[in-house]
Amino acid sequence: MCRIGAIKSKNYLHPSKALYLMRSQQKGHDNSGFAMVMQDLGGVFENYKDLPILSLACTDRGMKIADDILHEAGFVRMMQWTPEVHPRDWLKIEPMPNYIFEVVQYPKSYKYASKDEKEELLVDMRLKIRQALEENHEGYVYSFWPDVITLKEIGDPTDIGEYFGLWEENDELKAKIITAQCRQNTNYDIVRYAAHPFFLQGYTALANGENTFYEKNKNFQEKLYKGYIGFESDSQCFLYTLHYIHKILKWPLIYYKHVITPLPFEDIEKREDREVLKKIRASLAHLEINGPNTIIGVLPDGTLFTCCDSKKLRPVVVGYTDDTVIITSEVTGINELLPERNWEKDIYPHEREMVVINNNLEVERWQQ
Amino acid sequence: MATMRVNELAKDDFFWQIEYKHDRCTLCGRCVAACPFKAIEARVERRRKVVSDDITPNPKVIFQTVPVIKQVVNEYNFCRGCGICEKVCPNDAIRPVRNPDHRFQAKYRSVTGDPFKRGGRNNLVTSARTLDKIKIGRISQMTDPSLDAQRHTFDLLAPFGRVLPPQEIPFEIKDGKLVEREHTPPVRWIYPIIIGDMSIGALSWRMWEALAIATAYLNEEAGIPIRMCTGEGGVPVRLLKSRYLKYMILQIASGHFGWNRIINAMPEMVEDPAGILIKIGQGAKPGDGGLLQAKKVAKHIQEIRGVPKADLLSPPNHQGLYSIEESVQKMFLSFNAAFKFRVPVAIKVAASATSVSVYNNLLRDPYNIVGGFFLDGIDGGTGAAHEISLDHTGHPIVSKLRDCYLAAVHQGKQGQIPLWAAGGMGKGWNLAADAFKMICLGANGIFTGKLMLQLAGCVGNDNGKCNACNTGLCPVGICTQNPILVKRLDIDKVAENIVNYFLSVDHELKKLMAPIGNSSLPVGRSDALIATDKAVADRLKIQYAC
Repeated sequence: MCRIGAIKSKNYLHPSKALYLMRSQQKGHDNSGFAMVMQDLGGVFENYKDLPILSLACTDRGMKIADDILHEAGFVRMMQWTPEVHPRDWLKIEPMPNYIFEVVQYPKSYKYASKDEKEELLVDMRLKIRQALEENHEGYVYSFWPDVITLKEIGDPTDIGEYFGLWEENDELKAKIITAQCRQNTNYDIVRYAAHPFFLQGYTALANGENTFYEKNKNFQEKLYKGYIGFESDSQCFLYTLHYIHKILKWPLIYYKHVITPLPFEDIEKREDREVLKKIRASLAHLEINGPNTIIGVLPDGTLFTCCDSKKLRPVVVGYTDDTVIITSEVTGINELLPERNWEKDIYPHEREMVVINNNLEVERWQQ
Repeated sequence: MATMRVNELAKDDFFWQIEYKHDRCTLCGRCVAACPFKAIEARVERRRKVVSDDITPNPKVIFQTVPVIKQVVNEYNFCRGCGICEKVCPNDAIRPVRNPDHRFQAKYRSVTGDPFKRGGRNNLVTSARTLDKIKIGRISQMTDPSLDAQRHTFDLLAPFGRVLPPQEIPFEIKDGKLVEREHTPPVRWIYPIIIGDMSIGALSWRMWEALAIATAYLNEEAGIPIRMCTGEGGVPVRLLKSRYLKYMILQIASGHFGWNRIINAMPEMVEDPAGILIKIGQGAKPGDGGLLQAKKVAKHIQEIRGVPKADLLSPPNHQGLYSIEESVQKMFLSFNAAFKFRVPVAIKVAASATSVSVYNNLLRDPYNIVGGFFLDGIDGGTGAAHEISLDHTGHPIVSKLRDCYLAAVHQGKQGQIPLWAAGGMGKGWNLAADAFKMICLGANGIFTGKLMLQLAGCVGNDNGKCNACNTGLCPVGICTQNPILVKRLDIDKVAENIVNYFLSVDHELKKLMAPIGNSSLPVGRSDALIATDKAVADRLKIQYAC
């Protein structure tokens, strides 16, 4: 099983919070990896909110390949930050030579470009770099997006924290939204790309579970958008569906749940919007999911949500205080970080529910 | 030495020979009365007998004329092996025996100068079916728990109608909700198994009525929203005007038989039909039209179809349609318009090397009016056909269905024109397993015909037993209009058998969905399948297991 978690706060948080959140759930994962996406960044990235950041794990040559591609496209480097690493013989970790978080300025030709054009450019660049790095196994590019950094590593999460010096709080690396996962996927090979959270154009998704409709989802998604690639994990499908529904079709978020876990027909027939729901069910039958799942997602505007499969076969819990909300697999994680909260207000979402946290940290429960 | 004419037909030439036990026969005559083919008759034979009338043995030979049951030897009254004589004989005195050395088809053709015709399916295929070489192999119990077929709920419904891609659905957002701005093609959610198109005329009215009763019962009492396709040949007006029409898919084939009445009844229809199925071709005799011989065109069939008592041949093609563009523009549009775009209009074609081209073409249809692609494979077949067509033309359904699905996947259009496939479904008596595997391979649903007849008591099989659907002499009253034979069929019992069968199929489908952890139909989930045959695995792009 994976263990997943998301923290959203009014204050900037250090990634050690995510490590503690995950470590308390250690019995639920196999220590084969740790990954996280940080959004709404503070620390060294706080002054570059509008500029894209490339998150890269690579060889020296890979670094040059990525730089050349960016340079050729007209991107100009504004700032580069690399975590200080602490290699020790006993650490169970398979690190890459370099970890780079590079802030770049858009090409001059994009000065008057629309938001959509810039967003497409970032996807194109990421895909291009990814392809170039893949040729000789020179590295991995996880995200290329403003105000977002991604770190994924194979190994023991405790040791990964040690290696990157993430256990000790400092002011360098901070964010208001941190999503994290422990354990690689079990379905396929352990590769860095296969680790959650998955990220595309401001959308982040993590999942604990098994997507038995993976093949259906994948066959359908492959044709929908250029950014829907990889499919190293069946959980990537959840991200692509989220992106497709919300970003491409521009449907309200509530319809994500209607697509992935449509209501039974007998329930649909009782509703006023039955015709709409049946149309969606027919049209997007191949994006439905089956199998046990819990999904945590983040939208580009910072909205955080969680929902489950239609049988509620995987656990998730939401706990919150006035300035912090945590969604995670096991309540022990929340107890670790928010011991003083009113635990009677913890939410265990049911199979027809979405729990949505907006940017004022208001917790809403949407019934499908 | 006796003279013999080697070219004359002899009992030895027949498919079936009557084995008659004189010593067990009580001469009750039931077998002769029951044989619709007049393949046996009562005759007399001169028999040599040894008798002794004295107190001490004193054998004498006498010759006696005794009554016997004998097989008729001519090209028109040959035994079909249906075994009705055996069923009615109280003393096990008579039965047909398969003759492995027959040469009847050669004799028949050489005498009559006419192709040999029969009903049933292909009589040549003896190897295991492709579907039987496929298992449902993805059973996970730890990571993705199996569901409980008894406790969990399952959505066993499939779309029938043109499914729009999401960006083409005219949605707009009002108060944070999607609402439809204008009309979209109708999509009906129905059971993924349709009772396939068998016409009233090909079937006896009692058999057809039994199917209709079973359909209505399954919908209204058993909660299984199954649909029945009428086949070409019209529908009784009483049914057209009834509320049960909503369970019927009206078929129009190249002969247009019965459509005059359907159109005339339209103003009085209280329900829309479940759909329209335009039959371009069928799988068991692809490239052939339907064939209803005059002897089956009884008076009520003449009335329903609006025809005289004559051989009724649906042409192999729709006269006036010579391209797929024409089909789309004329037929689909006109039928959609006729029912004011409220009723899905689908097409049925025979599986063929060109099926994918047709499917691709329809997927690209700019009018979005093709509501389903029915693909019929070589193993189907209920009616009458030339034997040469049944045995030697056609295309297996499994790989062709898969090809069509993968062609849609290639374009990212899977599911937009629902795929329905048939041809030998339920041939091994397990319709649920066949349906499930076909769905995993990409079908939205399947249709089945011949199995329904077998549930009703059809005695035929795929090894040449009976196969007399074309003669109008069906010994069990299923494919005949002969009033005496038709009365052999118990309508209520047939309907009950069909209902019961579907109740078990419904349960079995859930039993197959539960272990793979799916609560809705696993359309295209070929990862759930494994093939025990490498060639099958490669061809269908599924996992090979050994």
